[in-house]
Amino acid sequence: MENKNFMEVTFNAESKNEGFARTCVAAFCLQLNPTLDEIADIKTVVSEAVTNCVVHAYPHQKGIICLRCEIEDRRIKIQVSDKGIGIKDINEARQPFYTTKPREERSGMGFTVMEGFMDKVEVEKNKDKGITVTLYKDIALQVSQAEGE
Amino acid sequence: MHIKSKTYNGTLYVMLCGELDEYSATHTRLTLDETFAGRGFKQVIIDLSELDFMDSTGIGVLIGRYKKMKEKNIPIYIANPSTHAEKIFKMTGLYDIMPKIV
Repeated sequence: MENKNFMEVTFNAESKNEGFARTCVAAFCLQLNPTLDEIADIKTVVSEAVTNCVVHAYPHQKGIICLRCEIEDRRIKIQVSDKGIGIKDINEARQPFYTTKPREERSGMGFTVMEGFMDKVEVEKNKDKGITVTLYKDIALQVSQAEGE
Repeated sequence: MHIKSKTYNGTLYVMLCGELDEYSATHTRLTLDETFAGRGFKQVIIDLSELDFMDSTGIGVLIGRYKKMKEKNIPIYIANPSTHAEKIFKMTGLYDIMPKIV
């Protein structure tokens, strides 16, 4: 049977909302019965994407982050969007250790972690303003679940 | 984030309790710098057994502390990372500068 679902939330681009964002996505993903490792991966990449918005997208003003999740069968798609200043060179920004703020003790490993923990990562400029990061992960079917279906 | 510390036999033991992300990074950075400013230790062991979450912002915080302690020739070691923290450490190469102790 086809399994589809989605959710969307918007919140202020403030670091105090990072915990909310990752917990929110993790809770939504629970319907796929993921392993603890899979949940930890998802929480980490959401935190990375939201941190990017908080730190880089809105340097001089307050802004909004839109978080959207879609489930289709065993695949989770997570989109984190902002309406901020954007990224000049997306390919450069995705390189390991790349940071625009070297004096702030940034590791520059955000996109590397996202790519390492997810099956696929897309970074696109929005038509109007800002960036959308799209993260995909296939949640494995556990043996006990497969037997029950 | 709650940080506990004690010095014993020339080693400063630091335990990070809670979540290390952008929200807690500044507090963690300041508290660790304050703790590391003390004397009477020749090495630091950061115990992560009570760390519930960490992302790459945490890596930036740890690398910053490594650079400061390197100036004093004081090594930092990592103890009891979760499976997930270990995955991030291996991916980012943190163990090259802060080895894991068993």
